[in-house]
Amino acid sequence: MQNNISSLINKINMESKGLGQINIMEVCGTHTMAIGKNGLRQILPENINLISGPGCPVCVTSISDINNIIELSDNPSNYIFSFGDMLKVPGSKSSLYEKRSQGANIKICYTPIDALDFAKNNPGKNAVFIAIGFETTAPLTASLVKKASENNIKNLFIYNTHKLVPPALEFLLSSGKKSNIDAFLCPGHVCAITGSTPFNFINEKYHKPAVISGFSAEDILKSILMILKQIKNSCPSVEIQYDWVVKENGNPIAVKYINDVFDYCDSFWRGIGKIKKSGLKLKPEFENFDIKSKFKTPESQIDEPEFCSCGKILQGEKKPFECRLFGKSCTPDKPVGPCMVSSEGTCAAYFKYEKYKI
Amino acid sequence: MNDFNKTKEFTDRYILLSHGDGGIKTGELINKLIIKHFGNKILNSLEDSAVFNNFSHNKIAYTTDSFVVKPIFFPGGDIGKLSICGTINDLACAGAAPIALSMGLILEEGFEISHLEKILKSAADVLKEAGAFIVTGDTKVVEKNCMDKIFINTSGIGCISENVNISPENIKPGDKVLINGSIAEHGLAVLSSRPEFNFKTNILSDCAPLYSLVRDMLNSAGKIHALRDATRGGIATILNEMSDISKTRIDIYEDMLPVKKETRGLCEFLGLDPLYIANEGKIVVFADPSDADKILSAMKKNKYGAQSCIIGEVSENSEKSMVVYNTKIGTRRIIDRFYSEQLPRIC
Repeated sequence: MQNNISSLINKINMESKGLGQINIMEVCGTHTMAIGKNGLRQILPENINLISGPGCPVCVTSISDINNIIELSDNPSNYIFSFGDMLKVPGSKSSLYEKRSQGANIKICYTPIDALDFAKNNPGKNAVFIAIGFETTAPLTASLVKKASENNIKNLFIYNTHKLVPPALEFLLSSGKKSNIDAFLCPGHVCAITGSTPFNFINEKYHKPAVISGFSAEDILKSILMILKQIKNSCPSVEIQYDWVVKENGNPIAVKYINDVFDYCDSFWRGIGKIKKSGLKLKPEFENFDIKSKFKTPESQIDEPEFCSCGKILQGEKKPFECRLFGKSCTPDKPVGPCMVSSEGTCAAYFKYEKYKI
Repeated sequence: MNDFNKTKEFTDRYILLSHGDGGIKTGELINKLIIKHFGNKILNSLEDSAVFNNFSHNKIAYTTDSFVVKPIFFPGGDIGKLSICGTINDLACAGAAPIALSMGLILEEGFEISHLEKILKSAADVLKEAGAFIVTGDTKVVEKNCMDKIFINTSGIGCISENVNISPENIKPGDKVLINGSIAEHGLAVLSSRPEFNFKTNILSDCAPLYSLVRDMLNSAGKIHALRDATRGGIATILNEMSDISKTRIDIYEDMLPVKKETRGLCEFLGLDPLYIANEGKIVVFADPSDADKILSAMKKNKYGAQSCIIGEVSENSEKSMVVYNTKIGTRRIIDRFYSEQLPRIC
């Protein structure tokens, strides 16, 4: 083992001794993947229990939104621009991937600006950008909408599913049932935009520790050590481990983009339910860029499949291994529940890296 | 074929449907362009079948592969070079020296002849290097927009020396696993040359004909149990295949596996795993442990093996296929087969 890692593990062992079980929730799919990929559970002391929260935006997108997006691709004048991880997410009847094989116009993009360029060059065709993600990607969507508005582009639309992380964490801590979360490993990329301030309620209101972490094995172990020290000294706060990227005030320009284009709204989180003020909707002056203003899309509540434990997994109440479908009828190839649909979902990460004991 | 046809330049600028109809235009394309680059005694006779006299070896390897890479020109190679290397490397993995290849060209109407010629030339260059020949072939043209520019199929036959027995079934616990250099460069080179990716890298495809490397390994007299070129699906996929066939557990060590810094950075940025990205010039070797050093030093002397190293070992018999990645921080995880394409049309 590398010296820096073994020294961190020694310190974690010392600090965690006698603390009882500590449940630390990570709320970023990239953290979930990094924990599995680096096998961190194998070297942490037994009383440190890492649990995964609702940190994968694809996973928490409602099935009715998925169905609507897939249905939009049936219209030959719509050109769907999506990040790659949405393609395989199964709707009730099909997926974008399957629709593409049947000739639907679906393009994988790495930046929303691809959709704008397409719209400019193809009047008469609708470029529809699937706006998904947390505070990390919302500024990109906001900039797309602003640019389209400034350039008076009429054939660019977004299907908006943007969600916000802090309200979801507050929901988990306040949701009536006794929360088993002792501390949060906060999402580095989200906090690069928002800064640490929106997470202050975690210690101010709920007296729990939180550390904004980077993504290497060393970053995550350092963050866990910072959490343990906060617990041991009974001084919960929001600390920044990922301090070469995240500042207390975040990225004010990106935040301004979000605030210029979006208002807050209630949002439905798949597996969890409706969370107040946890979503973004276009401000009235930008509503004409909302594809829902052009095509009617139904809002329907669709039940999750029987025996699916994703709701409990997303809220840290169950581990994937405790679900009776995991690895049997629910696999990355044929996902049943939301945590298996995206490569950064909790169940997909466990399946990829930790399905066997080795 | 008359001398007039042999010498006159091919003057068409674009592929036309008539280049594939079997008539005069097809003859011109074959005689003035294809023979120009691939010409040899057997091919020049333009018979329906290539006829060979005597194979002095008792074992023949035979393989085929199709190439649909997009884009057709990428940093470090093109579809022509790729189509020859792919088949030569498949033969080499059986320990076979390439003798004769076929080439089937499927061309889109309107395809630029200058591009076709560039592709044929780079295929001819790599054939020459490997000492192999195209002895038979076929050309078809399809209507514009029915396909994307050019697809190539090659097949090849090769001779295996009598004392050579290379097969995944020979893999045993204790075997060392070797590779001839850093991974994931072909896939990233192709990806970064697609117009939809607005970034530049210096990563070149590792596309290379590897028979000379295999020959040098065989000449070292070290016992090679199995070889596999780590193309589509990357080393993760072929290690799983080898584990499956040999019913063994294979352990790979992160701190021994060569991945260039630029490759690692780009993979992190794009959310890709280098273990799953295609190579076109990397061969994974399963060697008897007592001969591993001998084989390694033979590999290092070849120009396609200078960066060769040991990356792991076959640790035990195992009923289910199991490839284990030992991280540099001292933990372990499964290297699974992948469930969805990372990048389509990579070869």
